[in-house]
Amino acid sequence: MNLQTPTSLLSRMILTTLVVAFTWSAAAATPEDRGLEIAVEADRRDTGFADFKAELYMILRNRHGEESQREMRNRTLEQTDDGDKSLVIFDQPADVKGTAFLTFSRKQGNDDQWLYLPALKRVKRISANNKSGPFMGSEFAYEDISSQEVEEYTYKYLRDETLDNRQSFVVERYPVDPKSGYTRQVVWIDQDEYRAWKIDYYDRKDALLKTLTFHDYQQYLGRYWRPDRMSMINHQTGKSTDLLWSDYTFGNGFGDREFDRASLARAR
Amino acid sequence: MIRPLRLAGRAVLLLLIITSIFPVAACAGEWSGFVALESRFFLSSAAYENQGNNDLSLAFEPEFYHEWNEGRDSFTFTPYLRFDSRDSERTHLDLRELSWQRVRGDWELRIGWSKVFWGVTESQHLVDIVNQTDLVENFDGEDKLGQQMIRVAWFQPWGTLEFFSLPGFRERTFPGRDGRLRPSLAVDTEEAQYESAAEDGHIDLALRWSHVLGPVDVGVSYFKGTGREPLLRVSTTSAGPKLIPFYEQIDQFGLDLQATVGGWLWKLETIQRQGLVDDFTAITGGFEYTFTLHTGYDVGVLVEYLWDERGSDSPTPFEEDVFVGSRWALNDTQSTEILAGAIFDVESDAAFMLVEASRRLGASWKLELEWRGFSGIPPMDPAAAIRSDDHLSVKIARYF
Repeated sequence: MNLQTPTSLLSRMILTTLVVAFTWSAAAATPEDRGLEIAVEADRRDTGFADFKAELYMILRNRHGEESQREMRNRTLEQTDDGDKSLVIFDQPADVKGTAFLTFSRKQGNDDQWLYLPALKRVKRISANNKSGPFMGSEFAYEDISSQEVEEYTYKYLRDETLDNRQSFVVERYPVDPKSGYTRQVVWIDQDEYRAWKIDYYDRKDALLKTLTFHDYQQYLGRYWRPDRMSMINHQTGKSTDLLWSDYTFGNGFGDREFDRASLARAR
Repeated sequence: MIRPLRLAGRAVLLLLIITSIFPVAACAGEWSGFVALESRFFLSSAAYENQGNNDLSLAFEPEFYHEWNEGRDSFTFTPYLRFDSRDSERTHLDLRELSWQRVRGDWELRIGWSKVFWGVTESQHLVDIVNQTDLVENFDGEDKLGQQMIRVAWFQPWGTLEFFSLPGFRERTFPGRDGRLRPSLAVDTEEAQYESAAEDGHIDLALRWSHVLGPVDVGVSYFKGTGREPLLRVSTTSAGPKLIPFYEQIDQFGLDLQATVGGWLWKLETIQRQGLVDDFTAITGGFEYTFTLHTGYDVGVLVEYLWDERGSDSPTPFEEDVFVGSRWALNDTQSTEILAGAIFDVESDAAFMLVEASRRLGASWKLELEWRGFSGIPPMDPAAAIRSDDHLSVKIARYF
């Protein structure tokens, strides 16, 4: 009974190694690892859409409830080895009609961004440094609506929580870029589909600044979820912005030619 | 009135050709544009006879745009009209755009009246040569006339190559005898002279390669044809002396370069021009640094150095100057923006100062204020004639 064949010794050694490795990895599943794991999974589930276009309607409200509107169109081209390419074209207000932004998101470092000024027919490469600034006077900062890359944050899983009857992960994330307007963001992600439903934004003084909620998710191509409405409330100013998405179209066959400097002038 | 009529005639002809080939009228297109009321108040009394101290004008720029074949073909028609209460030369009609563009794979073809912009700097645009300056619009030279062109662009991994054939020349507009911001003698554009026997019928050519190399946007251009910047020669007639524009044939090489690093935009434009009168180099270079305040305001600081090899013989007032400016974008709902700056002459005390501010009112109105001041311009400077033309301009525009 005490005789051990070399094979059984070997299998024991393997077993022990496995047990040790398993315990080790369980110990290494820190809240940081779990947070990252959730972000990576959410990103994986949204990978492979290739391209899409959509129309955007923005309603800006000040604290007195006075409204103003913006109309834009968005085109996005997925990139596998770097951040996505996107083009935003303005239709309203009328004085900025034809103005367009071309953005190449970068997983590391600053994005590349070009602005088209239709009155001068001028394409201007601009600094993507102002990511914390408001987008078109709205409560959305550039960094809130730009392509979200996993590498742009570090993560920490906080807890499981039920939000609007959805079993959710609550994950805190910390912008890597020191020029971000936030110290941290708390994100509620549902456990079934890994969709974000709510984000709390904390300013540089770590005070709650804004809350973004996502509404009416629709599924496209049987896989990719997109919200019909995103509502941002600024708790410090009482202002809010609703961003309504419509006419989502996937599989447009976009290529790099639809996302180069010349495409800015063509985008109407 | 001969030139505008000829231009209008050509425009109607092209419009007829295009509409007969493409059933544009039958398709739904879209109209947009603006109508604006502008008044300028000159803060010092006029230096020359006939000039007034204020003016009022109405500007109208509708644009018709239609695309088909999923946007791969498009048609644009943009006439421009200004009525000025004071200066008959400032009252003018132009065809900013009347063009058809076709995009196929790596190629783009555009035929008609159109506008292109080349360059990166802010204080002046040396490299930008295709379109003529519509100087009566604004003293800053940012407004351009439509240019007849055939443009072929080819997009490759090694950059974009553009070829322009420019059949027909557009003369620079100048304020008339009754207008402010003009030379001491009025410019008679009716009698413009040319080096080329073909006069304004000379076919100019331009070539440009542009590319993005990481943080650097680069453009190299070559232009051969009628120079856009005329020499103004004094001519004495029975009615008294006047200035006649003379347009020489030139060869111009241009380089524009911008490196975008963090909040810094490093800019360089340089040209090398050979013509009948001169063979010279000119440079504009500097930076624009932008940062965001905690209020959400974007603040830009601009510094540019301007140099022209022609020195004091230069028809431009910028033989050696430094531009310092600041741009504020408040990023508010009404898109309030302010730009203030000055161009200082390195050798004299001369300075051009400007403040521009704009703000949207409601959803479709826009208010623009502009102040320009001139100080310390020596009497012999090319810009001496405008030294008492400090002015404030108020413009209200309705966009549709």
